[in-house]
Amino acid sequence: MTHSYYESSARARIAGLLDADSFHEWLPAADRLTSPHLAALEQSAAFDDGVIVGRGSIAGKQVFFAAQEGGFMGGAVGEVHGAKIVGMLERAVRDHPAAVLLLLETGGVRLQEANAGLIAVSEVMRAILSARAAGVPVIVAIGGQYGCFGGMGIASRCASAIIISEEGRLGLSGPEVIETVRGVEEYDSRDRALVWRTVGGKHRYLLGECDTIVPDSMEAFQRAIIACINNGEDWSLEALEREHQLLGDRVQRFGSCKDGRDIWRELGWADPDAIAMMDNDEFIAAAQGRRAKDLECADSSALEKRGDKSPHSI
Amino acid sequence: MEWKKVVEKLFPTGHEVHQEGDLLSGEGRCGKHTVAVIGTTNHTEVGVELALAMAAAVLAVIHNHPGRPIVFLVDTSGQRLRHRDEMLGLNGYMAHLAKCVEMARRRGHPIISLVYEQALSGGFLANGMMADVCAALPEAEIRVMGLAAMARVTRISEERLTQLSISSPVFAPGAKNYLLMGGLDVLWEGDLSACLKDALEHVDANDHRRVLGLERGGRLLADVVVNRVSASA
Repeated sequence: MTHSYYESSARARIAGLLDADSFHEWLPAADRLTSPHLAALEQSAAFDDGVIVGRGSIAGKQVFFAAQEGGFMGGAVGEVHGAKIVGMLERAVRDHPAAVLLLLETGGVRLQEANAGLIAVSEVMRAILSARAAGVPVIVAIGGQYGCFGGMGIASRCASAIIISEEGRLGLSGPEVIETVRGVEEYDSRDRALVWRTVGGKHRYLLGECDTIVPDSMEAFQRAIIACINNGEDWSLEALEREHQLLGDRVQRFGSCKDGRDIWRELGWADPDAIAMMDNDEFIAAAQGRRAKDLECADSSALEKRGDKSPHSI
Repeated sequence: MEWKKVVEKLFPTGHEVHQEGDLLSGEGRCGKHTVAVIGTTNHTEVGVELALAMAAAVLAVIHNHPGRPIVFLVDTSGQRLRHRDEMLGLNGYMAHLAKCVEMARRRGHPIISLVYEQALSGGFLANGMMADVCAALPEAEIRVMGLAAMARVTRISEERLTQLSISSPVFAPGAKNYLLMGGLDVLWEGDLSACLKDALEHVDANDHRRVLGLERGGRLLADVVVNRVSASA
């Protein structure tokens, strides 16, 4: 029997991914560590402020984790929520677990505590990079109904690897925000197919914005996480320069594209509309050699480095 | 304040800072230091091209001038709100810029940022907020969202938000609020050149913002929570 990651709560995700009986939470709900800012606005608080942090193991390897609960304020980051994640990451710098796991489901900064939330997201970004610089891989999983947006969309790309499901969405400004500011002609947030072609898992995979795409099951996420742990950490100037080249090529090649379909066509997909119908295995097989990453690396030595390490065959 | 005026005040003994589109780049002299200058102007929105151009400037400093301090001049109305930039993965470009800044820091480049006009959310996270010392001019505008828009989104009346913002720095825009919360290290007034010199002498590569927030009384729980996680079993 498969368990949907998308439909699970943050607690169910962590329970489903960790080895049995290895879950240990820091600052659990019993500690009643709630947001100090929501009461003034007559908003109800959560005893864990919408995020669970702690330690456990996956395939016998010690991991530290944070899991955001989309059901509480859309997983938005406030002062306490952010500080729990930062505390966990800084502890990883000290204790060196095999990896840090971030199960992200968030719209970004919690507007009710906007300034505290923005600073917290910045602190999370720096703490992610500190963990990586200390040699601890930071692995992000995205597959919940709220996706991963706002400042946390930036933070997620500061991590070592991103695992996404087809249902997962990753971006900076959400479709509703852009529609509100620029109008429905710019971005129709109710056009689900358009949103999916812009920020959806398959598009992100083809673009090289995530490392692995998985079907929506706990087991698939778990297998991908294990592969990412085994890949280790590559925080280096050389890796950054490869990324710089890749991002520069992307703007050049796709900068005038109007729609995700135009990009996919450019990548060699004769029938871009067929992509939506493919199941995950079929899609990954068809995507061999038709991802922006593959083409850009085709005639450089980076191919070996990346090819060997890429866990996308899961 | 106009960027040219800012640069003249920062580097009275000389600078070569140029504007290309909305990007500022070049170098200036401050006492015994030559510093690299990277910034934006015109309250620009940061899209994929601009984020990439800033990242290129950071990588160039790492290559050509190991250890040279980097000063970010911040003026942005936020991330570019376009379908096209989202489709291309603007969050990835912003993160790339942030990673380049972190790489520079870890290779010994002191990182200073000065918000001289505006700083808004996404456009601020990837450069200004990555600095060792984050400063602002007192009249600078720093925010996530204006109160009117915040009222619409949160469904809390603007009157109520305005009233609450008198006693709480947590959601209302303004450099002073960011100072209280530790998001800004310092406000620069008067002799900007002396301010920069002082900042360069007090660079701390560790993230100390939550401690500042606690000391200044604007963000009381962040440091406590981090320490409690650290001390947990």
